[in-house]
Amino acid sequence: MAHEHKLEIFRGLLKFKNNTQKIWGVLIFLSLVTAVEVVLGIIKPESLTGNSVLGMKLLNWIFIILTLVKAYYIAWDFMHLRDEKSSFRRAIVWTPIFLVIYLTFILLTEADYIYEVYKDGFVTWNF
Amino acid sequence: MNSTVTSTKENAWAGGDNQPLGASYGKMMMWFFLVSDALTFSGFLAAYGFSRFKFIETWPIADEVFTHVPFTHGSYPMIYVALMTFILIMSSVTMVLAVDAGHKMQKNKVIWYMFLTVIGGAIFVGSQAWEWNTFIKGDKGALETKGGRILQFVKADSGERAALKDFAITIPGERVEHENKNGVWFYDEGYMPSYTVKEVVKGFKADSNILVRTETINEEGHKTLLSREESLKKLESATQVVEGANLIHNEYGSRLFGDFFFFITGFHGFHVLSGVIINLIIFFNVVIGTYERRGHYEMVEKVGLYWHFVDLVWVFVFTFFYLV
Repeated sequence: MAHEHKLEIFRGLLKFKNNTQKIWGVLIFLSLVTAVEVVLGIIKPESLTGNSVLGMKLLNWIFIILTLVKAYYIAWDFMHLRDEKSSFRRAIVWTPIFLVIYLTFILLTEADYIYEVYKDGFVTWNF
Repeated sequence: MNSTVTSTKENAWAGGDNQPLGASYGKMMMWFFLVSDALTFSGFLAAYGFSRFKFIETWPIADEVFTHVPFTHGSYPMIYVALMTFILIMSSVTMVLAVDAGHKMQKNKVIWYMFLTVIGGAIFVGSQAWEWNTFIKGDKGALETKGGRILQFVKADSGERAALKDFAITIPGERVEHENKNGVWFYDEGYMPSYTVKEVVKGFKADSNILVRTETINEEGHKTLLSREESLKKLESATQVVEGANLIHNEYGSRLFGDFFFFITGFHGFHVLSGVIINLIIFFNVVIGTYERRGHYEMVEKVGLYWHFVDLVWVFVFTFFYLV
């Protein structure tokens, strides 16, 4: 059973004494990330909203990456994926990741195409 | 006794004590359910992304929609959702602590942590109900045009949003809502907005400080403001007053925005609600000592997985609905 816990996070940079301490440590980290997101969302720095990478604002990329970071720590430490066998972990994690990337790529590409049609087509959509 | 003890020695053909991938049957099936549930949520969020990319130039700006905090007035974008996020993460933490105490067979600690988790979940569901209520009731009111687009109003001098009640002029003789107490007919008529289009237009003409704001987002990332003349011309195409939101009309902008809001936060809220109920059941089981007799607290771990999953989904909903 998964009664032994791996107590290191950040690839061993931070090692906790026991599992309870690790839980509080992860909570502090998650709260910090959420606080950064909210502050960025309220200030919306010019330098981040002005520039875009791959058709999306830099700020939005930061939000998405921070979200994935949060998701990682929730799944790995709160849901104990860190303590499961790696084969089990891979079965759970990579299946949805592959399918979601596939689905979002297709839907967003299609949506952008429809946007272009609305924009450049010879039909008025707003009358 | 027997009804609470699930593990029995069986031969290999009946499953035996083998645990594929080192996870017990129940835990593995909970994980596989969560994977499929994650795909459902991803489907919804991807559909949301699809609609948003399709109407990327006119999509409502979330900061301007979710600005309220209970018991206060004024505009505090994001503060309340951030608080809700924190409450949910906090109840996730008490859940892990309950699981941890379960591993150490500390019954009283498990009881307390489960109790706190249930309370946190209940607060979150309550907050979501409040969010829905605020969203449905609406804030400032708007007009809808023939083409289904929303026209909002702004004060020219301060740049603040103007509510319909700030400038609309009541015209005597315009129809009022029929209520049960005023007539013999035995039911009320449906909802009627506070003002008619005519009253809003008349008020607009009388107050030179009001401008129309369209849904289109300009290059600086703000909604486009029209001049007085453009505004007056635009008002000619208005067909109805919209206050608040339902599945067909909403005053915030694109209709799909309201639909996805109800659908995705609703589906998530339903997960939270069922999570609270399941947690309660397990809580009572812990109290009466079921798992103490069984010899392990794996059930707490399994509902814990579900509960964290609800938190995990909220992290994504929070990003894609409120931040991005």
